[in-house]
Amino acid sequence: MSQPTISVSVWRGAEEGRFVRYEVPLNENQTVLDTVTWIQRYADPSLSYRFACRVGMCGSCAMSVNGTPRWTCRTHVKKVLADGALEVAPLANLKVIKDLAVDMTAFFDKMAKARGVFRPGPKPPRDFAVVPPQSPQRRAADAGIECIGCGVCHAACDLVSWNKDYLGPAALNRAWTLINDVRDGAHAERLRAVSGDAGCHACHTQQGCVQHCPKNLNPTASIAGLKRAAALAALNAEL
Amino acid sequence: MWIAQRASAVVLALAVVVHLGTIICAVQGGLSAAEIVDRLRGHAGWLVFYLVFVIAAAVHAPLGLRNVLREWTPLGPGAVTAAAAALAVALLLLGARAVFAMFHAAT
Amino acid sequence: MPRPTRNQPGYRAFVLHRVSGLLLALFLPAHFWVLALVLRGEAALDGFLHWAEHPLLEAAETVLVMLLAAHLAGGVRVLLIELTPWRAGYDTLIAVTGGVTLAVGLVFALGVL
Repeated sequence: MSQPTISVSVWRGAEEGRFVRYEVPLNENQTVLDTVTWIQRYADPSLSYRFACRVGMCGSCAMSVNGTPRWTCRTHVKKVLADGALEVAPLANLKVIKDLAVDMTAFFDKMAKARGVFRPGPKPPRDFAVVPPQSPQRRAADAGIECIGCGVCHAACDLVSWNKDYLGPAALNRAWTLINDVRDGAHAERLRAVSGDAGCHACHTQQGCVQHCPKNLNPTASIAGLKRAAALAALNAEL
Repeated sequence: MWIAQRASAVVLALAVVVHLGTIICAVQGGLSAAEIVDRLRGHAGWLVFYLVFVIAAAVHAPLGLRNVLREWTPLGPGAVTAAAAALAVALLLLGARAVFAMFHAAT
Repeated sequence: MPRPTRNQPGYRAFVLHRVSGLLLALFLPAHFWVLALVLRGEAALDGFLHWAEHPLLEAAETVLVMLLAAHLAGGVRVLLIELTPWRAGYDTLIAVTGGVTLAVGLVFALGVL
């Protein structure tokens, strides 16, 4: 008995290109990453794609599967198969370098623009900072700290596609964790960076980010926190 | 602008709840101009309420329109601001006119 | 090229909120204009109200009231999410907004028909 196959349409090209169909053998336990790897090894070695850990820790394999951004190593083929077919495309909202590999530069630029970097205060601290883990600020920071910058939320966000300057859920989530870091010394500058039309105020709470985050983070809540913080600062004339 | 949008939203939320209640009560048993005018006659409270309502709407709707135009149309920032401003003016003028018309008829 | 998936409640809530807002913004000037008919005397407004007693128009009015209720409920949801720290039940807020909209529409329709 010959092995059953599935039909996998893969995006080939860059910004311009087309979907090419491959017949891939279907196995009992198979992830979408497995199928992409099979295609590159046995059908077309010219296929470009990214992966690293292949066990759902690094986020490198994020791609668009049947229109949904997800980690391909954590997506079982049987779960997303539709009539024996599936469609694999590069992550949305980022420039396509080739085939399934996108240019993450813009994503990380937005992290920088949102001041998603810890800045120590002006003087070295005299002693270790005391940060009770159950304090509201630390809990708020911890709620969003697990982000590994995979880009899935960025791909899932409609505002990212509608507003070219929008910093996006990941960058804003990171900024929120830092604003809640009592040791950080750049709060005011960071709040300025994340306010305005390209910042937290562009979010319409559609929660696409929450729906798709593979680590179950809640950027909508983080962004709501930023909105509150920015509004309070504006009302206190601190911005 | 975000603060203005949310602040006007809060005002509108309260006003709309009152307005919906008023509408539902008013349409019981049919609607007539006399019924509406009689209710407003001599009540400065309603005048203030509806004026505040109109102003809040004239802030809230144009800001909302601005977002929609910026996100869903290729219009540039100048055109978007102009459209929003036009709506604000229209709502303020027509709304104030309607409020004063009602109270002029009532008094 | 792939589009972000749209098949989620948050997106539908947003679209409903936005579309209802747009339609209401279009409707408001007309509403103000009708009210101002009373400038020409009560009979002018009564004339319009009488014309609007047609079942099709009353159905349209019900839709308008529902649009208002939908926009209000969705807006309260946004205000809650944005102005208060996140709570566990917030994901069900979307379902609540739908319920409120339908309830208000029903009450109005029963009154006007």
